[in-house]
Amino acid sequence: MLETLLSPLRKLGHWVIEAIWRLGMISRFFVAILMNSGQSLLRFHLVIREMYFSGVLSLIIIVVSGLFVGMVLGLQGYTTLVRFGSADALGALVALSLLRELGPVLAALLFASRAGSAMTAEIGLMKATEQLDAMSVMAVNPVARVVAPRFWAGVLSMPILAALFNVMGIIGGYAVGVLMIGLDSGSYWSQMQANVDLHVDVVNGLIKSLFFGMAVTLIAVYEGFDATPTAAGVSAATTRTVVTSALVILALDFVLTAFMF
Amino acid sequence: MKRSIIDLWVGIFVAIGLASIAFLSLKVANLTPQSADKSYVLYAEFDNIGGLKVKAPVKAAGVLVGRVSSIELDPKNYMARVNLSIDSQYSFSQDTSAEILTAGLLGEQYVGLVQGGDPEDLKPGGRIALTSSALVLEQLIGKFMTSFAEGGAAKDDKQP
Amino acid sequence: MSTDSFIEFRNVSFAYGERSILKNINLSIPRGRFVAIMGGSGSGKTTLLRLISGQVSPQQGEVIVDGKHVEKMSSRELFELRRRMGMLFQFGALFTDLSVFDNVAFPIREHTHLPDSMVHDLVLMKLAAVGLRGTERLMPAELSGGMSRRIALARAIALDPALMLYDEPFTGLDPISLGAIAHLIKKLSDALGTTSVMVTHDVQHSLNIVDYVYFVANGEIVAEGTPDEVRASASPWVHQFVYGEADGPVHLAYPATTSLADDIGLGDLHA
Repeated sequence: MLETLLSPLRKLGHWVIEAIWRLGMISRFFVAILMNSGQSLLRFHLVIREMYFSGVLSLIIIVVSGLFVGMVLGLQGYTTLVRFGSADALGALVALSLLRELGPVLAALLFASRAGSAMTAEIGLMKATEQLDAMSVMAVNPVARVVAPRFWAGVLSMPILAALFNVMGIIGGYAVGVLMIGLDSGSYWSQMQANVDLHVDVVNGLIKSLFFGMAVTLIAVYEGFDATPTAAGVSAATTRTVVTSALVILALDFVLTAFMF
Repeated sequence: MKRSIIDLWVGIFVAIGLASIAFLSLKVANLTPQSADKSYVLYAEFDNIGGLKVKAPVKAAGVLVGRVSSIELDPKNYMARVNLSIDSQYSFSQDTSAEILTAGLLGEQYVGLVQGGDPEDLKPGGRIALTSSALVLEQLIGKFMTSFAEGGAAKDDKQP
Repeated sequence: MSTDSFIEFRNVSFAYGERSILKNINLSIPRGRFVAIMGGSGSGKTTLLRLISGQVSPQQGEVIVDGKHVEKMSSRELFELRRRMGMLFQFGALFTDLSVFDNVAFPIREHTHLPDSMVHDLVLMKLAAVGLRGTERLMPAELSGGMSRRIALARAIALDPALMLYDEPFTGLDPISLGAIAHLIKKLSDALGTTSVMVTHDVQHSLNIVDYVYFVANGEIVAEGTPDEVRASASPWVHQFVYGEADGPVHLAYPATTSLADDIGLGDLHA
């Protein structure tokens, strides 16, 4: 009887200890990446190569999703605003929702599932096929040669993708609000310009996405590096990357929003 | 240094990023060159500023002429000192008056300037002497209630 | 012999957590020799290689390579040692995102500042040494198992190492590729004069190319000798291993603590 009562409690305790343990490991890994970043900055073509895989290859999904999110915002925003007779404020609504929240958060979620999972799988497979061991036996530190360039490529790509997502969203909102519904094009832009502040809205949004980029890529490379070197282990690590990234992005978003706005 | 097609793609990628940020700053946030040398500061003291915030617009005849740069409480007379950053191309006479207005019924509050008749203009750092405070809804209702009550009492005296 | 030993293990014990892998190992490998370490799967022989390359540290004992204690090295000293070391992994471990050329050039580019033309010439020489010149533009995915093993060998010898480690170089190859690899390994180690350690369970091919053999079972060295001594060994254990007999001192079945009848629920019928 006591056992059945205590068992979930014990599991919870185990889970908490496990989570804290991982947090410690990931922090140590972060420090290791920072200490081994010199090489990736000196040999920047390594970072450029990884930016191709994490950034350029994510362009399509970012452009398409940004457009659709903007169109939905335009449609939903219009139906809500028109009840208060302020449909003219649609431009401001679309721009502020995208710049402050939706752009950085959704771009980061898409980035985690498109580029983060690929990063984990790639590093995990390199581990499973002893490529990381081979590198280390060749006296080349895999953290410096494999992990750090991917990390910095992700950190640099994320704000670019978020900015593009915002632009596509604003264009999507314009397409629905002005071209489809027939609002005045001038008031779409002027309402936007009157209400969007460069520092508070645009810059803070990009700073947010920089933090998300760091968090997502750190999780992705850590999960890959820490993966059990088997097929099942790599697939579990890939799943963990997407799930953990999503949770961390949303939690971090709350913290950053509380700090910034 | 070998060139590769990847470098080209990453170049395009970074260019797209810079173009997006430029678009967001110029077209969306309407980044206007509002540097210090192109504006000057005036200040005004109000009994009550209501919901006025830093960066609120300053308008004359409905035209944007500047923004509220800072708000502080004067520790001597307990009035709100509002610093206004005014675009240098506009100058105002010494008897200009400032009032705190609301855009629409529930809109944001802004400072309205009304030009006076004095030939002398306000110098940078000058004080706008004539001010009228923000309308605070609670006080307005309070006043209405008292005058209504007084009006009710006065009706007996046949004094509307 | 110990005066000129290149690799020496003194009372080395190693365990992964509770699970003991190696127990009190003593061995000594002279400079320039080719030594095989043989044993069944899971006998701890790959761990021996990892101890030499410093990928793992022993819980007890000393591992000495070229007069220096590997277990006490800082990571900087360890990388210094590894620059003079080549290792061929079980399945080659080629970098899948790099071409054959870039794979072989990898250690050269990482550790030297040679001009591109010189790197190019060195890579082609190494590829020629393994008989695969002309494959430099291919990607590892386009290679057969035997070819990628040979490319990995070319990569391992790219910096002319003083010590070569082979981890199961014959696993999963067809007889022809296997013979080719065995011949190549022998030829290269003779030509370069390197000290070589090979971990394997392929008895027949390795006995033809090595100078000395250690047998490892259950984490201990159970027998050792030259190939001729091994073939003529009177030890029933060595005899079983060398001639691949199904029964002998080593049993097929895992030592289960309960009987099969109990496990499948037949035990109760007798009660």
